[in-house]
Amino acid sequence: MASSYGINQLRTGLKILVDNAPCVIIDLDLVKPGKGQAFTRVKFRNLKTGRMLEKTVKSGESIEGADVLETEMQYLYSDGEFWHYMDPNSYEQYQADAAAVGDASKWLKEEMQCSVTLYNNVIIQVTPPMFVELEVIETEPGIRGDTAGTGGKTAKLETGTVVRVPLFVQLGEKLKLDTRTGEYVGRVKV
Amino acid sequence: MTWKPQASLEVLRLRARLLARIRNFFEARGVLEVETPVLGHAGVTDPFIESLRSGELYLQTSPELAMKRLLAAGSGPIFQICKAFRAGEAGTRHNPEFTMLEWYQPGYDHHALMDEVDLLIQEVLEAESAERETFGALFLRYVGLDPHTADRNALERVARVVGEAPFAASELEVDDWLNLLMARVIEPQLGQDRPFFVYDYPVCLKALARLRDETPPVAERFELYYRGMELANGYHELTDLREQRARFEDDRKRREALGLAAVHEDGPFLDALEAGLPKSAGVALGFDRLVMIAASATSIRDVLSFPLDTP
Repeated sequence: MASSYGINQLRTGLKILVDNAPCVIIDLDLVKPGKGQAFTRVKFRNLKTGRMLEKTVKSGESIEGADVLETEMQYLYSDGEFWHYMDPNSYEQYQADAAAVGDASKWLKEEMQCSVTLYNNVIIQVTPPMFVELEVIETEPGIRGDTAGTGGKTAKLETGTVVRVPLFVQLGEKLKLDTRTGEYVGRVKV
Repeated sequence: MTWKPQASLEVLRLRARLLARIRNFFEARGVLEVETPVLGHAGVTDPFIESLRSGELYLQTSPELAMKRLLAAGSGPIFQICKAFRAGEAGTRHNPEFTMLEWYQPGYDHHALMDEVDLLIQEVLEAESAERETFGALFLRYVGLDPHTADRNALERVARVVGEAPFAASELEVDDWLNLLMARVIEPQLGQDRPFFVYDYPVCLKALARLRDETPPVAERFELYYRGMELANGYHELTDLREQRARFEDDRKRREALGLAAVHEDGPFLDALEAGLPKSAGVALGFDRLVMIAASATSIRDVLSFPLDTP
């Protein structure tokens, strides 16, 4: 069980439980009239939905901590309904549903290391690596010599995701992609 | 580069200019600059302010009681610019150590003192003249309730609608709700163009203000807001010894109910009241916040040379 925190123990980054949902504290500020009760304004993000919320808490109150763990896991495979992961230390397997995986599914390839957020030992969020390397399985023939990368075309990656790439990119090439923006970064020299 | 000051040298020069303007203002009006101890034997009894302690001694949370002893001794009008300390108060508008401007005018009521605060702000910040509204009218306008008569349930309902009810809502008293709604709903909107005085408070927010017996009775207290921030708090001062003792006793009971350490009341201050405090009005103004406005700073840290770092 996670412990509870007094108001003066709250820090940004701390995981707390609000209306039964695990959240992370983003920002704190003191609301204190010259005369009268002190309050703390807590800004937090719901770890499941990503929603930002704010709450006023009174000094002397305590807030329940959320038993949240962030760790690295290896992605194994998807069975269509769940995405399966393995803890590389314990070899224990976990499954994540579509809500937890979210947009990360666009970049997931077998054996990829991902950071996952566990709440009560269940995966609630998956974050892919910042950069991934994926092979092009479908695209128009590349135009040699067009290294300026002007214009562009679409390419389908081995995960099924379609991205915009420069005209010179060839079928079968491996590309480096930024998962935060979904943008092409460069070609990977083999 | 943690050894470097947090405020820019430009802001530190601005602080110096504002201090000089304040001293000029008071010198021209014949108000005497005084100094009272930062270290003393008595702590603050206010249940919502915690003193910092050094052994058996307390760092002062405000120079108020010492300055009232000077008034009782016949000092005439006095002002002070000093450091004050409040445990645990840190945020974008608070630093545990801060600079306060406090002054007293014998013979003034809260309206006469508001006039003077208005002139000071016009001169120091080059602001326009201030607006003025009673706490009752203001609260009715923004919150839709009469703060003199509203009960906890009605206040809580409004707070819930605007998303401002804390987790432990059931523990809040009427004064807590009024303070919360004032701070979170009303304050951000006050004084956007020109300074804004709020005056004549509900009795439960009386602090050390004199009460005026009308229907409903009001506390002759005022606050100054500018650019959505509380800048100053003042009173037509309570001078009645018996009433002052009763308020210390209320503080003591509330501290006990909240499980806070007992704080002995300030004996010499009560003796001074007994000897006779002239009728007067007094005000405390957060100097660092004044600098924040002059510098358009969003955090108090940016106007302090070395703010206290959070652990």
